[in-house]
Amino acid sequence: MKIAVCIRRVPDTEMRFAVAADGKSVDQTGLKFDLSDFDGYALEVALQLNEKQGPGEVVVVTLGPDACQEILRKGLSIGADRGIHLSADPVPFDGLAIAGALAAALENQGFDLILFGRVATDTGNGTVGPMTAELLGMPCVTAISYLEISGGRGTAHRELEGATETVTFPLPAVLTIDEGIARPRLPSLKGIMAAKKKPIESKPAVLGPVRLVVERLELPPERAAGRIVGEGPGAVPELVRLLRDEAKVL
Amino acid sequence: MGNVLAFAEFRSGTPRKTAFEAITAARKAADESGAGEVHALAIGAAGLTAAAGQLARYGADVVYCVEHPALARYSPEVFAATVARQIKAGGYRAAFFPASAEGRDLAPRVAARLGVSLASDVTSCELTGDALVARHPVYIGKAIATLRLTGTPALVSLRPGAVTPVEQQRAGRVELLEPGLDPAEAKVVVTAVEQRGAAKLDLGEAPVVVSGGRGLKAAENFKLVEDLAAAFGNAAVGATRAVTDDGWRPSADQIGQTGRMVSPTLYVAVGISGAIQHLAGMRTARVIVAINRDKDAPIFKVADYGIVGDLFEVVPALTEAVRKARADH
Repeated sequence: MKIAVCIRRVPDTEMRFAVAADGKSVDQTGLKFDLSDFDGYALEVALQLNEKQGPGEVVVVTLGPDACQEILRKGLSIGADRGIHLSADPVPFDGLAIAGALAAALENQGFDLILFGRVATDTGNGTVGPMTAELLGMPCVTAISYLEISGGRGTAHRELEGATETVTFPLPAVLTIDEGIARPRLPSLKGIMAAKKKPIESKPAVLGPVRLVVERLELPPERAAGRIVGEGPGAVPELVRLLRDEAKVL
Repeated sequence: MGNVLAFAEFRSGTPRKTAFEAITAARKAADESGAGEVHALAIGAAGLTAAAGQLARYGADVVYCVEHPALARYSPEVFAATVARQIKAGGYRAAFFPASAEGRDLAPRVAARLGVSLASDVTSCELTGDALVARHPVYIGKAIATLRLTGTPALVSLRPGAVTPVEQQRAGRVELLEPGLDPAEAKVVVTAVEQRGAAKLDLGEAPVVVSGGRGLKAAENFKLVEDLAAAFGNAAVGATRAVTDDGWRPSADQIGQTGRMVSPTLYVAVGISGAIQHLAGMRTARVIVAINRDKDAPIFKVADYGIVGDLFEVVPALTEAVRKARADH
């Protein structure tokens, strides 16, 4: 199958963040970047599908500044065949503006599947996948935790609050991938060497209109340091008293 | 003046709490935009009109009901077509969705169909003249963005639990509508919905969450966590990623960066060291209790109350004490 995997370069969320001088973005000094967590699952799903179902092509696609080519290169080292870089700097916060650019680039390219991570760990929006699907007029299933493809049709599971939905759909389709579906592999040395020869095509992103912007960014208030009530089961009565009388949660 | 639409989420013929949250937020927005009306839109197989009174109680002036036997389950295409058609027809200033599993799927589709932008997963918002200003957690909750959304209608999805439903009785006049797409034409079909333990509270909605980590040592020891949750009576059981990766608990129970984000009134962390990915999913809880044998575990830095000790001794004692405290009430 011909599969596109849309990936996004995000700051490593284990880092400490500081607000930049503009008051509306994070200070990039010293940040490490990688592809967003869920995008790693999406790439793994694409690679496994083609390993199981015979030869195909996996194309990694990203939108952003030139530095985004790093994560395309990482995708290629993990096993994707080629990369597409849609150049845009800065990347708009508005999911529809991004979806417009992706839809324009992916339209009529013969993809059987277009995969996204469920949500990007930086914006927390989770909107670009289903928006791209709508703009392309393609069937779409979001936040899937299980996937099976056969005979031009797919079956997926979605986790709802307290329930699991089973969904069937025809190909071609757009899917967004949740955690737990597959364990992403790491790049091998051989993969890293091979990636150097794989092509990355770079062209300007044709963004849609931007109507959603970040006006201000703040760090949440730190939690006040708590206290150790005591040690061992002997501390339980005091804990229960505090929960009842002080925190009023019992 | 501008009217505002609220998508009222139903499951099995009953409105979810998110429906009341969306209507409450829509009521506020309609008042801010100058004495507008709130229109609720409910889609399902049956039972919608019977529940219209409940939607009116939270401020719906009109309740549009789309009842069709094929819509007992969610249908992304039919729901998106129906909501988009209503938004076009109604000329709304804004439309509110829940950022629940269903709403996170539906809202972006509707936005793209209408060619308008969406502020997603917001915790609060207000209409100010020509813009909607909303707060939205970014970087897995490590920062809070204030967003400015221009254009009409302004589409918003609300983080479940962020808005407290407020009763403000309105007429709730019921009007019936046809689906915006014949369900027989839908390509994406939900063929089954399997409940995970019907009686169990959902992690995102439970007032109390009791979570277990590697400190429990084995899958069967989660019984301790379940017993403590049962003692609270209104608790759901969560887990760390290490635990779900090992298959001790289903991955849907995972709390953290790549799992569920929860903000319960009380969060009890049992045998959890407090890796940053886990903290990302629960640090907004109102009160955090941690039980861990390592006094230097990072979980104690965010916990309001901690007990250092062997969880195999502390948890049964706490379960008993909570049971007693609730019985005394």
